[in-house]
Amino acid sequence: MQVNLAAPGEKKARLDHALITEMVKEGSRVLDVGCSDGALLILLRDSKKVDARGIELSQVGVNHCVANGLSVIQGDADSDLIDYPDDVFDYVILSQTLQATRRPKIVLEHMLRIGKKVVVSIPNFGHWKIRLQLLLRGRMPVTRGLSSQWYDTQNIHFCTIRDFVDLSKTLGAKIETAVALDQSGAPIRVKAPWWFWNLFGEQAIFLLTRKE
Amino acid sequence: MSSSASASSAGDEANDPSSRVVTLEPESGLSMECGARPARIQVAYQTYGSLNADRSNAVLICHALTGDQHVANPHPITRKTGWWEVMVGPGRPIDTNRFFVICSNVLGGCMGTTGPASFNAATGRPFGLEMPVVTIKDMVKVQALLVDHLGIERLFCVAGGSMGGMQVLQWAALFPKRVFSALPIATAARHSSQNIAFHEVGRQAVMADPNWRGGKYYEAGVRPEKGLAVARMAAHITYMSDDSLHRKFGRKLQGRESPTFSFDADFQIESYLRHQGSTFVERFDANSYLYVTRAMDYFDLAADYGGVLANAFRQSKSRFCVVSFTSDWLFPTTESRAIVHALNASGASVSFVEIDTNKGHDAFLLDLPELLATTHGFIEAAASACGIPGAP
Repeated sequence: MQVNLAAPGEKKARLDHALITEMVKEGSRVLDVGCSDGALLILLRDSKKVDARGIELSQVGVNHCVANGLSVIQGDADSDLIDYPDDVFDYVILSQTLQATRRPKIVLEHMLRIGKKVVVSIPNFGHWKIRLQLLLRGRMPVTRGLSSQWYDTQNIHFCTIRDFVDLSKTLGAKIETAVALDQSGAPIRVKAPWWFWNLFGEQAIFLLTRKE
Repeated sequence: MSSSASASSAGDEANDPSSRVVTLEPESGLSMECGARPARIQVAYQTYGSLNADRSNAVLICHALTGDQHVANPHPITRKTGWWEVMVGPGRPIDTNRFFVICSNVLGGCMGTTGPASFNAATGRPFGLEMPVVTIKDMVKVQALLVDHLGIERLFCVAGGSMGGMQVLQWAALFPKRVFSALPIATAARHSSQNIAFHEVGRQAVMADPNWRGGKYYEAGVRPEKGLAVARMAAHITYMSDDSLHRKFGRKLQGRESPTFSFDADFQIESYLRHQGSTFVERFDANSYLYVTRAMDYFDLAADYGGVLANAFRQSKSRFCVVSFTSDWLFPTTESRAIVHALNASGASVSFVEIDTNKGHDAFLLDLPELLATTHGFIEAAASACGIPGAP
């Protein structure tokens, strides 16, 4: 497992999918924003009997999803979430996609509006390897996971775990669960303060709710 | 209600079509949106494949403005292949080895279903403009009576492009329990002002032809061919895109080296459009063109549901797959997105694909791999959910 910091939607064996699946209640209504080839939705449908819906930008991805019996709409997080009414989903999932949106804050606001719960997984730009590269080389980090040069990457809004926690607070969201994943992709199960996760988590998964 | 198979007669397809026909008697209870209660209605239809034992594999194809019931067989007048053979046939996305496919000529049409060119027993002459004005909902109600007649309660799929897509949406709204899956392609939930405008140009061209004679040209043994051809030429431009026209014709001259400095068809595009116009009039009735374009103009699905399109699909358990094309400026993607938006708001199950092509509105009729892959995937998944076995 490596952190998918490259093009969002790139197909890899994804441990974060298994962790997200753990967070989702059986039989719920789920929207996966940027659902790629539908792998997570298929997993959720088959293991948790969810009513699975998706949004995906690429025509190939949508075709793949539709052929697998998923209800998927061609579109993107920035322009299409606005069309959904309030509270229509039990979970809205954004997996490794937030950093590729144009307006991450607005995207999150819409997710919190249309879903009772929101699951977001992000690559952590505060990981020590990334910090070290910037510190020692003075150049934008290029790692195994983050393989694109700064001018090629689709990831335009990187953040760290602590940045995301701050944004959640700003939006009045409550963090129900947070899991940081280490380099091997395994969850860091130790109870640690944010600064620790922010340094050693390669990615993180958050389960948010609205503070009523 | 009675049914008979009719012999081929290319001369009078309107009254004696080369298709099976069903006659709906007044007892069938059809009341049209304009208030008329027609005495008898003839419905001409084609079927392909066979109905399975539990009658669960029926697919209804809804045709577009100038289409007809001849989806997947040679046309009785033009002898050209069926208009949707890329989509419907053995091994095609709507596989006739698996599904029982039905397509009927719409109410107001001219290929055997009652329309202005049909003989009116009450007057002893063709209806002409005495035919009540038809709407998309009327067309769908007639199709539902045909589906009743065939002994089918629920359709596995209702599919169609353009005006056919309007009928698909109307079916899903009017008979939510009778539609397992719905495939509206390159369509809209209401006809736009621009599209009404184009239709009006076409109708005015027909009515300006002296041979039209207030719609009573049948008795005079003439046809407003010039007017109808002009209408078709203008409409045909709207079915393509600037890019596809440019690629196909550019500014190329037709069979000459230099311009003639006259009003001959110097350019290939002119010659092409004239050909489209002149072949169209051989197979289409001018009054039918008025009626069917009018039906599209009046279509505004939300209007029946308090102006809220989502309410039209409130009861729907159907699975929808909405398709649009990037270069379609007649039924642009924004129209499909409005449908998808409403379906989402009503909680319906919906997929949506915008296919990247330069072919314009007519793309839905063409052999586009992306279109066929999407529809194939959607139909397969729906068939599996519906318990219809795979292709034999």
